[in-house]
Amino acid sequence: MEKKNWPLWEVFIRSRQGLHHKHAGSLHAADEQMAIENARDVYTRRNEGISIWVVESKHIHASSPAESEALFDPANDKVYRHPTFYDIPDEIKHM
Amino acid sequence: MADITALEAHFQNTIDQEIKIEPKDWMPDAYRKTLIRQISQHAHSEIVGMLPEGNWITRAPSLRRKVALLAKVQDEAGHGLYLYSACETLGVERNELVEQLHDGRAKYSSIFNYPTLTWADIGVIGWLVDGAAIMNQVPLCRCSYGPYARAMVRVCKEESFHQRQGYEILLTLSKGTEAQRRMLQDAVNRWWWPSLMMFGPNDADSPHTAQSMKWKIKRFTNDELRQKFVDVCVDQAKLLNVTLPDPDLKWNEERGHYDFGEINWDEFWQVVKGHGPCNKERIDTRRRAHEEGAWVREAAMAFAEKQARRRAEESSQVA
Amino acid sequence: MNHLLNYTLQIADNALILGHRLSEWCGHGPILEQDIALTNLSLDLVGQARSLYQYAAKVEGHGRTEDDMAYLRDEMDFKNVLLVEQKNGDFGRTIVRQFLFDAYHLPFYEALQRSHDETLAAIAEKSLKEVTYHLRYSSEWMIRLGDGTEESHRRVQTALDELWRYTAELFQPSATDEAMLAEGIGVDLGAVKSRWESTVAEILRVATLQQPDSNWMQNGGKAGRHTEHLGYILAEMQYLQRVHPGAEW
Repeated sequence: MEKKNWPLWEVFIRSRQGLHHKHAGSLHAADEQMAIENARDVYTRRNEGISIWVVESKHIHASSPAESEALFDPANDKVYRHPTFYDIPDEIKHM
Repeated sequence: MADITALEAHFQNTIDQEIKIEPKDWMPDAYRKTLIRQISQHAHSEIVGMLPEGNWITRAPSLRRKVALLAKVQDEAGHGLYLYSACETLGVERNELVEQLHDGRAKYSSIFNYPTLTWADIGVIGWLVDGAAIMNQVPLCRCSYGPYARAMVRVCKEESFHQRQGYEILLTLSKGTEAQRRMLQDAVNRWWWPSLMMFGPNDADSPHTAQSMKWKIKRFTNDELRQKFVDVCVDQAKLLNVTLPDPDLKWNEERGHYDFGEINWDEFWQVVKGHGPCNKERIDTRRRAHEEGAWVREAAMAFAEKQARRRAEESSQVA
Repeated sequence: MNHLLNYTLQIADNALILGHRLSEWCGHGPILEQDIALTNLSLDLVGQARSLYQYAAKVEGHGRTEDDMAYLRDEMDFKNVLLVEQKNGDFGRTIVRQFLFDAYHLPFYEALQRSHDETLAAIAEKSLKEVTYHLRYSSEWMIRLGDGTEESHRRVQTALDELWRYTAELFQPSATDEAMLAEGIGVDLGAVKSRWESTVAEILRVATLQQPDSNWMQNGGKAGRHTEHLGYILAEMQYLQRVHPGAEW
């Protein structure tokens, strides 16, 4: 019987130069080299990428949905962080 | 107890607002179980579905057909992989799901328990089986569970060439020799009814539908999708010059839909229960591939561990 | 004898037959990710074969097509080396066959890029990218399996011992190879051989595998004398075209 399964990896793909790597999905691989190659074979079959990041899923730390109100709601009312908060006469250009 | 009720209300409210549920969000156990069942069945269907078509890769009659079929069957492996991944976000490992398939606890689409007897079957699978699958799958792109919906967006995008690939094969056969046209009609005769069965039992006999619709895991009922499928196939069949094997198939002006004959539900349940023409072969084949691959998976893992150990030793020596 | 036609067919047949063998894995791989990987190799190779057959048909000038080349030639017209027609066996054996061929295929295409024949040079340039990845893939698996578990080591060593006898043929020049080399179209197999030897020695060393010392070599593929396996491959591959002569698919 099998002792150990190949771990799960998360795959991030840069679709073209100048863009962020974006989460594409996950897959199983025995090591990081294989994870990159599997990602290439699975997630870029149609020219979807020019660069790949992989990270073993267990190394991802995520915020908890239970805390999401405390984490994210306080940013809701900080309107002064947005340019539309400030009144500038219409004649002023390029600002 | 009040807590659970409040959580459930909040959960349903989120779904009603068309906000996606994500892996770490609270969800009712039954929702999680339903999703695991449905997504894994879907993944298994992709993987088992590789076999009937895979049969013909080595016999594809031209190099163009050969690469198209290979790429298509490979896509199905990819789709199975995306779906297993979506399922893993619900806290169940792929290996566990694969075991369920191999020991018969998990189901997959019964259509793949029918044999592919001639090259025309490859075309008909693309046209009817993929056509029915697409009909089922497009609404799933809006499913309430985020990872499933995202996997389905990718699947649907990639599937779009599959049906055209099949239909093109059939168009060529329809303009071909008498033997080719005979092959074509024979394949349509064999696959038409099983394709209609792909949408599942009639709504009246589908106990999970109501709950799944409420959770927006399902967006249309089995019968709605089946009707839509029949309606589009009729014209497509005309262009191929084939007869759909149903004497009751005719346009109903009043309903604005085609009427069609009664599905043989005995056959449907027989195949679901494991008595279709190829149930045993399909599972045996999958199991064999998995078992024969065990030493490979083990070796790769052993090597990875060795490498990690070597690296650790090296870095401790440097320090 | 039309050497350019023959030469193109030699290269094409290798790609098609190996691609065909790999396509047999589709749906049966040891894990989903590797199923997909093997199919990618297969698609690359069949793609190379198609470009080469199209060119061969043009060189021949009788209005034949890529499919005529693949589907309507007989066993003795096929010029692939014996190595590529050998059975898949287990995954380890498939990897060994792939590695032994990739280690040849890469320097072969590298040299062919400099061919005086522009079409062959262009096909080589495009194929080289694919084959570079193939060699990387098969080398890594040689190492994983060779240095993995006792069982995996034993399996790949056995496969290596059995397939070794088909390696010398890769470098044995046929009359066509010699004529094409003389015209600056073909590749110097002697140079390819030394590259192959060093790649193989290096990977086997890292993989903790023993290089077989047997000198009993089999050959004949380039001259159309094959092992029994090719007949079965062609019987399966060509059957529809043979049963329905002239039909369009």
